[in-house]
Amino acid sequence: MDSIFEEREGQIARTGGDAFTIACNKDSLAGAVSQRACVFCGSRVVLYPIADALHLVHGPIGCAAYTWDIRGALSSGPELHRLSFSTDLQEKDVVFGGEPKLEAALRELIAEHGPRAAFIYSTCIVGIIGDDLEAVARRVSRDTGIPVIPVQSEGFRGNKRAGYEAACKAMMRLVGTGDTSEVPPLSLNILGDFNLAGEIWIIREYYRRMGVEVTATITGDGRVDELSRAHGAALNVVQCSGATMDLAAMMEEKYGTPHMRVSYFGIEDMAQALYDVADHFKDRDPEMPGRARDLVREELETLYPQLQEFRRDLEGKKAAVYVGGAFKAFSLVKCFRHLGMKVAVVGSQTGTEEDYRELARITDPDTIVVDDANPLELSAFIKEKDVDVFVGGVKERPIAYKLGVGFCDHNHERKEALEGFAGMINFAREIHRTVTSPVWGFTPRRRGSLKAPAMKEAS
Amino acid sequence: MTATPKAKRPNFVSTTNACKMCAPLGAAMAFAGIESCVPFLHGSQGCATYMRRYIISHFREPMDIASSALGEKHAVYGGGPNLKLGLINVIKKYGARAIGVASTCLTETIGDDVSMILHEFRKEFAGDLDLPELIHVSTPSYSGSHMDGFHGAVRAAVDQLAGDGEPTGRINLFPGLVSPEDIRHLKRLLEDFGLTAAILPDISETLDGPALEDYRKIPEGGCPVSRIRSMGAAPASIEFGRVLDPARSAGGVLAERFGTPLRSLGLPIGLRETDAFMETLEELSGRPLPRRHELARGRLVDAMVDGHKYLSGKRAVVFGEEDMCVALTSFLAEIGVKPVLVASGGSSGNLERAVRDVTDGILPEPPKVFAKVDFAEITEQARELNPDLLIGNSKGYRVLSRELDAPLIRCGFPIHDRFGSQRVRHLGYAGTQDLFDRIVNTVIEKKQADSDIGYGYI
Repeated sequence: MDSIFEEREGQIARTGGDAFTIACNKDSLAGAVSQRACVFCGSRVVLYPIADALHLVHGPIGCAAYTWDIRGALSSGPELHRLSFSTDLQEKDVVFGGEPKLEAALRELIAEHGPRAAFIYSTCIVGIIGDDLEAVARRVSRDTGIPVIPVQSEGFRGNKRAGYEAACKAMMRLVGTGDTSEVPPLSLNILGDFNLAGEIWIIREYYRRMGVEVTATITGDGRVDELSRAHGAALNVVQCSGATMDLAAMMEEKYGTPHMRVSYFGIEDMAQALYDVADHFKDRDPEMPGRARDLVREELETLYPQLQEFRRDLEGKKAAVYVGGAFKAFSLVKCFRHLGMKVAVVGSQTGTEEDYRELARITDPDTIVVDDANPLELSAFIKEKDVDVFVGGVKERPIAYKLGVGFCDHNHERKEALEGFAGMINFAREIHRTVTSPVWGFTPRRRGSLKAPAMKEAS
Repeated sequence: MTATPKAKRPNFVSTTNACKMCAPLGAAMAFAGIESCVPFLHGSQGCATYMRRYIISHFREPMDIASSALGEKHAVYGGGPNLKLGLINVIKKYGARAIGVASTCLTETIGDDVSMILHEFRKEFAGDLDLPELIHVSTPSYSGSHMDGFHGAVRAAVDQLAGDGEPTGRINLFPGLVSPEDIRHLKRLLEDFGLTAAILPDISETLDGPALEDYRKIPEGGCPVSRIRSMGAAPASIEFGRVLDPARSAGGVLAERFGTPLRSLGLPIGLRETDAFMETLEELSGRPLPRRHELARGRLVDAMVDGHKYLSGKRAVVFGEEDMCVALTSFLAEIGVKPVLVASGGSSGNLERAVRDVTDGILPEPPKVFAKVDFAEITEQARELNPDLLIGNSKGYRVLSRELDAPLIRCGFPIHDRFGSQRVRHLGYAGTQDLFDRIVNTVIEKKQADSDIGYGYI
C-alpha cells in the first residue's frame, strides 16, 4: 500500500489465514511520524500522579512545558504534581554542566513546597553532558531529610517502555522505607492505575465492598508514604500494559509480594479482576468470593438494561483502536462486543509479540493489527475498513475527524472515567454519542441526504 | 537584557510553570506555513510527538512532524544517517516539496552539523530523487524560547531560498505568530487594497483546514516556495513585531541582501497600531482606506465610546508571547484599561522598551514589565497588583486566573482549554472589535455572576 513504509511492512499484520506473525519492539523508523514519545515520557506518565512529590525536570524548558498537567490524574489531597518544575537549562549550563543549577533548583523548590520526596527526571541533554544526578541527589537528600531520587529517563535511550522501567526503579527506592505495622493482612496495592477522572476511587470502593483494604495506589492519587509502606501489602494488582509491571516484579523478588495482572475496562475484565483478588484471599476470608459475585451481580443489574439501549443503535458498526499499551486493547475489543460492534483495526505503540498474538486471537478474521503506527497508516486503515469510530488519544483525534469518523479519547488526557462498571456505561454513552451524531451526514466522505426540510405550504 | 529584577524570588534559578515553550516547537509551526512542507525535528522521537500533541490541542488539526528518531547509538556516533533516512522517507511517502529541518538540544550538543549533512544528502541523492527544498534552522532548545525558533525558521527560509529577479509587485508580509483567522483577515484586507503578498508563514489553511473527502498527507495552503524565492524582488516587506530585531529578522535579511525596503510595525491590534498598518498599506497600494475598513474603524471607535465606562480604570495583567503582549498593552491603554503588569517568558531583551513606546503619552504611568519570567513569578507579582482582568494564553487559567479570581480573556498561543482557538481574530479593526467586545462582556459577566441580584439590564 502506498501509505506503508517498506521497512514497516513486518509490523502490520492481518488476522486469519496462515499463522500470525508480526514484528515489534523495534526503534521507530526515522521520518515515519511515529505516534510514540520517548523514555522521558514513559517515566513522566508513571510517576506524575504521585501528588505530594516534587517532579523536577532537569533539562531545557520544552520537556517540562509539554508535560505540564496534561493528564487527568486526580488527587484527593495535595496537588504538587499538577505544577511544572524545570531547571530550564541554558547554553551556559550545557557548556559548564547543569549540576549547580540542579542543586540550587532542588533546594529552593523543596524549601518552598515541602514535598515528601523529589524526583529528578534526566532528559536527553543531561545524558549527553553527563551531570551526576546521584551525587546531587545525595547531598540534597542529606540536607533536606527527604528522599531525592534521580529518574534515568534520557529520551533517546529507548522508547516509552524503558521509561516505565526507570520510573519503577525510582519508586523501588521508596518501597520498603516505611513502617508496615498498621497494614492489615487483607490488603493490596493498586498498580498501573493513574486515577484519571477519579477512576481509582471507583476501584477502591469495589475492593472495600469485598473486604480488602488498599495500602498504596501506584501511582494514581499516589503518596510517598504509601509507597514506602507498599511492601506490607499482601498482593500487587497490576493494571494496564505493564507500566508498573517492573515494580511488581521487583517487589516480588525482594519482598515476596505476589502480583496479578488485571484490567478494569469492560464487564468481563472488571469482574475477573475482582474474582481473581477474591480467589487470592479466599483462604484467609472464605466469604470474599461470595461478596465479589454479589457485587458484580448488583452492578450488572443496573448496567445491562442501559447497555442494551445503546446497543440497539450500535449493532454492526465497526471500530478502530490505537492505544499506547496493548493490554488496554484486549479490553476494548471485549467492550465493543458488548455494544454489538467489531474491532476492524487494532494497534499499539509498545505491544509485544505475545500481546499482538492475543489480539489476533480475540479479533475477527481480516482484522488489521499494527505496531508503532503513524498518521499515514492509520488514515489508510480507517478508510479501508470504513470504521464508524476510532479510539485513541489527542494525536489520533484529528486523523479520525478529518475522515469523518467518530472518536473516543481513551488516553491519559481524557476527563471521563472509563474504568469499572460505571466506566463501561460512560464508554458506551460516549461511543453512542459520537457514532450517532448527525454531523457525519454533512462531512464530504459520507455526505448523505441531510437537507433542510421543505417549508410547509401556506394554507 | 530588560529582565527587570525579580522582586520576591531574587535568587530563584528554577522555573515553575513556564510562560514559554522551546525553540523547535516555534520552528515547526513556522514551517507548517510553507506550502507542501513537512516540519522535521532532528532529535529523539519524543520531541516531535510532544510538540505534535501540544499543537494539535490548540488547532485541532492534523500536525505531522517527522523526526529522525535518534536512539542511543546515534547519540554516540552522530545522527546523520538517521536524518538522511528520515528525509528519504518523508520525500517518498509524503511527497513533500519542502522539508523544514530544525535541530534540538540533543543534536546541537552532540555536534551534528546539519547544514553539512543536508549538503551531503543533496549530493548523494540529487540524481535519484526529485529533491524538495531543504530548509535548515538551528534551534537548540536551551537557547531562547519558541518565538526565537519561530522567527529563526522564517528567517532561515528567506535566507536559504529567497532571490531577486524580475520585480513581482507582490509585497512580503511577515505576520509573526498569529491565528489562522488572523491570516485570513490579512489576506482579505490586502485584497481590498488591491495588493498581493507573499505571507510567510501562512497557516490560514494548513492549520485550519476544511472537512475533506480524504486524509491529506500534507494540508493544502501555505506560502508557496516560489513566492519565497522571489521575495527579494518585492517592492517592500512588512514585518510585525515590536520586540523583533530587524537586524536579525527575515525582513532584515531581504533589506540587507536585496535592498527590499522594510516596514517594521507592531502587531495591528488596537486603533493606533492598526492605523499605522493601514497607512502603510495606503502608501504601498496608492489607494485610500477602502470604505468597509473605514466603516469598521468608525464602528470600533463608536463601540469604544459605548463601552468605555465598563472598562475605565480596570486593571489588567497581560502575559504570553512578547509581541502579542506589547500589542495588547497598547490596545488596553487606548480603551482606558490600566495594564498594571506585562509579563513574558520571552527573552528578546526588548520587551520593556517596546511597552514603554506603545504606552508613552497615553498612560499616566507605565506598567511593570517582566521578561524571562514563569507563571510562579507572574502570579506573585499579579497578586499584589489586584487585577480585574487577565489577558493571555490559556496556560494562565489554573495558576493565575483561579488563584486570583480574575477572569481570563484568552488570546495568542496556546489555548488548550477553549474551543475555536484557530478562529480567534486579534488583528485589524475587526480583530480589535472582537477583542473589545470580549473584554467588555467578560467584565459584565463577572459583575453579573458576582451579583446577588442578577441584573437583567446593564
